[in-house]
Amino acid sequence: MNNFIYTENLTKSYGNIKAIDNLDLQVERGEIFGFLGPNGAGKTTTIRVLTTLTRSDSGFASVDGFDVRTEPEKVKKVIGVVQQHLSLDRDLSIRENMEFHARIHHLESSKRKKRIAELLEYVELTEYADKMVDALSGGMKKKAAIVCSLLHEPKLLFLDEPTVGLDAQARRRLWDFMRRLNNDGTTIFLTTHYIEEAEVLCKRVGIMHHGHLITVGKPAELRKKLGAVAVETLVNNKETRCEFFQDRETANNYVQKLPNDSATVIIRDTNLEDVFIERTGEKVGDS
Amino acid sequence: MVTNFFSDTYAVLWVDLRNMRRHWKSTIATSLVLPLLYLVAFGYGLGQGVNVDGVSYLAFVIPGIVALTAFSISFNGAASKLQVDKFFYKSFDELLMSPVSSYSIVIGKALIGVLRGSISALAIYVVGFALAAPTLLANPPFFLMLLLSCFVFALFGVLIALVINSHQSMSTFSTVVMLPMTFLCGTFFSLSQLPDVAKAVLYFLPLTHVSNLLRTTVLGQPFPWLSFVGLIVFGFAFFVGCMVALKRSSV
Ligand SMILES: Nc1ncnc2c1ncn2[C@@H]1O[C@H](COP(=O)(O)OP(=O)(O)OP(=O)(O)O)[C@@H](O)[C@H]1O
Ligand SMILES: [Mg+2]
Repeated sequence: MNNFIYTENLTKSYGNIKAIDNLDLQVERGEIFGFLGPNGAGKTTTIRVLTTLTRSDSGFASVDGFDVRTEPEKVKKVIGVVQQHLSLDRDLSIRENMEFHARIHHLESSKRKKRIAELLEYVELTEYADKMVDALSGGMKKKAAIVCSLLHEPKLLFLDEPTVGLDAQARRRLWDFMRRLNNDGTTIFLTTHYIEEAEVLCKRVGIMHHGHLITVGKPAELRKKLGAVAVETLVNNKETRCEFFQDRETANNYVQKLPNDSATVIIRDTNLEDVFIERTGEKVGDS
Repeated sequence: MVTNFFSDTYAVLWVDLRNMRRHWKSTIATSLVLPLLYLVAFGYGLGQGVNVDGVSYLAFVIPGIVALTAFSISFNGAASKLQVDKFFYKSFDELLMSPVSSYSIVIGKALIGVLRGSISALAIYVVGFALAAPTLLANPPFFLMLLLSCFVFALFGVLIALVINSHQSMSTFSTVVMLPMTFLCGTFFSLSQLPDVAKAVLYFLPLTHVSNLLRTTVLGQPFPWLSFVGLIVFGFAFFVGCMVALKRSSV
């Protein structure tokens, strides 16, 4: 199987909420896969099932060819995870947290120190390494959580909204870092509410809604499917409307025929956010 | 496999050791307050001139207080940190997603309780030894039984922390289940003074056997094999319970 992640009819309910509803998902070896979806779509639950933290009710899920239900110990050897919520031990310093991760992921003691120093340097946390977790800013904590997941060089990295709370520079650095990891052969499974992040990073994206995948494909393909050119009009100064066209010419024709009172008209390239909104009927990040 | 077991178990313990290293003085000091008060109140206040089962009440009650110290500190030492990891830090998830086996998780998480429980219980023993030296012995079987007891109680703590799903119910459990046990299980009075029904009920509680084991070994009386077997059975049951709870925690 060339799919690093494979699920079939995967289902998980909490009471009468179907957090995952017959999900069919394939993530290829070596790609950066962007997992998008509005709040409550089931992204985190999917990651929890794939990382063996949560048991699915029915259906099948495998990681690196191992069934997450029956061979969880094999799955655990392959993955690194940054959870949506901070999961650092706040009684410890950053360096101690990293050492804990290195130990439980069987990093040889001879390599530990060097690797920890390297990663700290990369995310510019070296001077904070011996501070307790609570003495760090939110973004620094996030960075610390990210480097913890990287210590053992996992083949598959789950990142659940890794860049929330990071400043623009840190975010860009992290993008570069993800690209570098990916070039070195790490498959990355990323959820995000920053659509441009998915657009610049991901080879393929999937949009989840109400527990199942409603669209999946390369960002460029998805944009093309919707129409490469978008025309935004502000109707009565209240409501933005968006129409999509295959090319500039048809878009221009459409604009020409608009009544003159529709105040603002913007013609631009379609982006992934348009795809997201069209498909889910919701704006990104709305609860 | 086997080396993994040891290094993994140590990795699990390592975090809690690091944490304890920062606060060890206050941790140990606070754990001694209550048992020392018991010692003063019951040993001295009540105990002057009273004999129980042929020994002075002071000599009788000291092993009881050692037992309840081992009981409550081992239990809380293991349970409280695990609760925090589970509910507040979520760092327990990190352990669950790592290749560390369930065996190592359960035993590693219990060991901090064993350590804290045995340090505190030994400190109380030393105080008691100074007070009632000729009757209390420094017997190897006593120390062995103390260590075993701490381990069983720490496993109990891990089990409860795994099973209980809120901080609130944890403190309810402490008050409703743990506290009565510390008083009733042959710690402050001899079970021989109780009606048979009460005795029968108390024999289903692990602390009863520990009180019995520690008292007989420290006073040089015949070894109570039945209590020993009882304690082993409890330890085994708690361990199996932990393994099941860990499996079912992934909901
Ligand atoms: N432990 C739980 N108990 C009950 N319901 C849950 C639990 N975890 C998730 N849910 C429900 O499952 C659904 C999916 O939640 P999930 O956290 O997977 O969404 P998400 O896509 O990650 O959302 P967000 O973008 O806000 O992080 C939600 O309706 C949520 O309320
Ligand atoms: Mg989420």
